[in-house]
Amino acid sequence: MATYQNIFTQVQLSHAPEMGIEMKPGSDPRGTAVGFNHLFGRFGQAQLGPIYLGWTGLLSILCGLTAFEIIGLNMMASVNWDPIQFVRMLPWLSLEPPGPEYGFSPIVPLAKGGWWILAGMFLTLSVLLWAIRTYRRARALGMGTHVFWAFMSAIWLFLVLGFIRPAFMGSWSEAVPFGIFPHLDWTAAFSIRYGNLFYNPFHALSIAFLYGSTLLFAMHGATILAVGRYGGEREIEQITDRGTASERAALFWRWTMGFNATMESIHRWAWWFAVLTTLTGGIGILLTGTVVDNWYLWAQQHHYAPAYPDTGVVDPALGSK
Amino acid sequence: MKPNLMLRLGAVVLGAALLGGCQLETKSAKQYGFRGTGMDQITLASANKKIDPINVVPPPPYDPPKPGGRPAKEAYQNVQVLGDISEDEFSYTMAAITQWIAPEQGCNYCHNPANMASDEIYTKKVARRMLQMTRNINTNWTQHVKQTGVTCYTCHRGKAVPTENWALPAKGNEDTILGNKHGQNAPLVSTAYSSLPNTAFAKYLLDSNSAPIRVQTTYSHPSQYAATKNKTTTMEAEGTYSLMMHTSSALGVNCTFCHNAGSFQAWNMSTPKRVGAWYGYRMVRNINGEYIGTLASVFPKHRLGPQGDPLKVNCTTCHRGINKPLGGVSMVKDYPALRPSAPMVTAAAAPAPAAAPTKMP
Repeated sequence: MATYQNIFTQVQLSHAPEMGIEMKPGSDPRGTAVGFNHLFGRFGQAQLGPIYLGWTGLLSILCGLTAFEIIGLNMMASVNWDPIQFVRMLPWLSLEPPGPEYGFSPIVPLAKGGWWILAGMFLTLSVLLWAIRTYRRARALGMGTHVFWAFMSAIWLFLVLGFIRPAFMGSWSEAVPFGIFPHLDWTAAFSIRYGNLFYNPFHALSIAFLYGSTLLFAMHGATILAVGRYGGEREIEQITDRGTASERAALFWRWTMGFNATMESIHRWAWWFAVLTTLTGGIGILLTGTVVDNWYLWAQQHHYAPAYPDTGVVDPALGSK
Repeated sequence: MKPNLMLRLGAVVLGAALLGGCQLETKSAKQYGFRGTGMDQITLASANKKIDPINVVPPPPYDPPKPGGRPAKEAYQNVQVLGDISEDEFSYTMAAITQWIAPEQGCNYCHNPANMASDEIYTKKVARRMLQMTRNINTNWTQHVKQTGVTCYTCHRGKAVPTENWALPAKGNEDTILGNKHGQNAPLVSTAYSSLPNTAFAKYLLDSNSAPIRVQTTYSHPSQYAATKNKTTTMEAEGTYSLMMHTSSALGVNCTFCHNAGSFQAWNMSTPKRVGAWYGYRMVRNINGEYIGTLASVFPKHRLGPQGDPLKVNCTTCHRGINKPLGGVSMVKDYPALRPSAPMVTAAAAPAPAAAPTKMP
C-alpha cells in the first residue's frame, strides 16, 4: 500500500509542550500538567493538556456526574442492587418521569418521578455550564463563538423534549424517560399519539438537515483527505493563501457538479446544517400537542401529504352507541 | 503474511460475518395495500412447510353420531347447557372435550365417577361456564371468529390450563424505587421483549369497562374545550403501543396487516382485518369479564394469579403465532353442540350491545 496516503498523521514530533497564549488578567489559573501519548497522536494531537477547568468546567462535571449517578443508581435499585441483573437488563432499565397525576408540579415524591426531575435539573445545569465554558474559552482565545451557538442548538432540542414542551402541556408525563430502550419506545409512542411525526414539516426539515449534515461531512472529509498529499489539511492557510490542494479540490467539484464551495463556505454550510438539525427538530417537537394534535390530519388539511385510496373500511365503533 | 493481505482477508471474513445475519432462504411476499405503503406480508418458504404440531387440528374421537334420539337432559341429570342435544351427541362431545382438555386425567378430571351429575369438583363448574362461553363466542362473536368458530381446543390444546394466559400482575410497593420497574422496562413475551408497559392486558383486556385503546385525536388541532380535548399522554400511549405489539406477535404479522402506517387511526386507510381485530378485543374483554372473571370464587387458590384473579386470555391464547388459529381450519363443524344455531339471549351469554353490534354500519 502506498505510504503517502495519509489516513492518520503518521509522524509524531517530540518537542517541548506547547502551552498556548498568556491568560487574560483576572482569569482562573490554568492547569500546568502536560503529557504526550503516542496512541492519541495516531488519532489526533499527541499532546495532552494543559487543561483549563475553571469554575464552569468543575461545576459542569460535578452536575453531570450527579445526574449520571442518580440515573444509574435508580436503575440499579430497580433490579434490587443486583449487579448481574443491572448489566443484563441495562438496555431495558429506565428512570421514568412523573406520571400524569402530578401535572407539571415541581414537588413530586422521589420514588414517583422526583428523581427524574432532579436528574434532569442536574443534567441541564451541567450542559448549560459547559456551554458557558465553550463561550468563555472561545472569547479568551480571541475566537468566534460558533461552537457555543452550535451546542446551544442541541441544548434547545434537549430542553424542548424534557422541559419546555412538558411545561406547555402542563405535564411531566410528556417528557422522555432516561433509558436506552425506554427513550426509543417513548419516541415511537410520541409519534403514534400525535398522528405520525413524519407528517410534521419541522420533523421533515430536521431529517433533511441531519442527512444533509452527513452528506456534507462525507463530501468535505473526502475532499480534504483526497488533497492531503498536497497539504490540503492545512485548511486555514489555504483560505488565505490558496495552494494547489485548494485549487484542485475546487476544480474537482466544478468538474463533477459544476459548482464548488470555498474553503471557507463549506464550513458555514456544515455548521448551519448541523445547527438547523436540532433547531428545526426542537420547533417540530414543541408544536406537537401544543398547536397540532394529529399531524396526519393536519397534513391532509394542508394538502401536504397524499391521500391513499379509500379501502372502504368503516370504524365499527360508529355503529354502536 | 503481508499486512495488506491480512487486511483483505480481514475484510472478507468481516463481510461474511455480516452476511451471516441474513436469511438466505426463499421468501414469498403478499401485497394487500396500496403500493409504496409497505403493506405486505413476507413469509419464509419454510414457514409454510413446517407446521407446529400445536397448530394441527386433532381428529374427532370417533365418527359423529347421527342426529336424533333421546335428549341428553332426559338421559342424564344436571345437564344445564347441553340438555337439548341427543344423548349420543352428548357422549361424543364429552369424549372430545376430555381429549382436548384432560387427555391424561380423563373424565374424572371434572366428574366424580360415583356420581357423574355432581358438581362437587370445581372443574365441572368451570367447564359448564366455559361451554356457555364457547357457545356464546360461536353465536354472538361471528364478526371475529367468522364461520370458522372455536372449540375448547382453540385455547386448551390438550392442557387443562391453556399455556398462554395472563393474570393481574403482583402489586409492588409504589412508594419505593427498590425493585420497582413501574410496570415496564423488562423483556417479556407479553410486550414482544420491548421496554413498554406490561400492564396493557390489565388495562385494556380485563372486562367491558376496560380503558379505550385509541389514543389519536380525530381533529388536527388540540380542542379548546375541556370536554372534547384528548388528554391521553404520551406515557399512556405506550400502553396501547404495548397491546399492539402483543397482538402483532400473537398473530405473527406486522402493523400493516391491519393498518396503513401513514395513519394508524384512519379506518378508511386500514385493511378489513382491523375490523376483525376490533371485535376481537371486545370478545376477549367479554370472555375475561363475563366468563372467566365470574369464576374467581370457583377456582382453588393454586389456579389464581398473584392478585387472586383467575388466569385470563389474550390474543396468543388462541392465535399462537398465526393470524388464523389452527391454520383457519374449522373444528366446530364437527361439534354442532358448541354452536347453537339460534342466537342465545340468556342473561349470562348476552354481550353488551356496544361490544357486539349485530350488523356492520
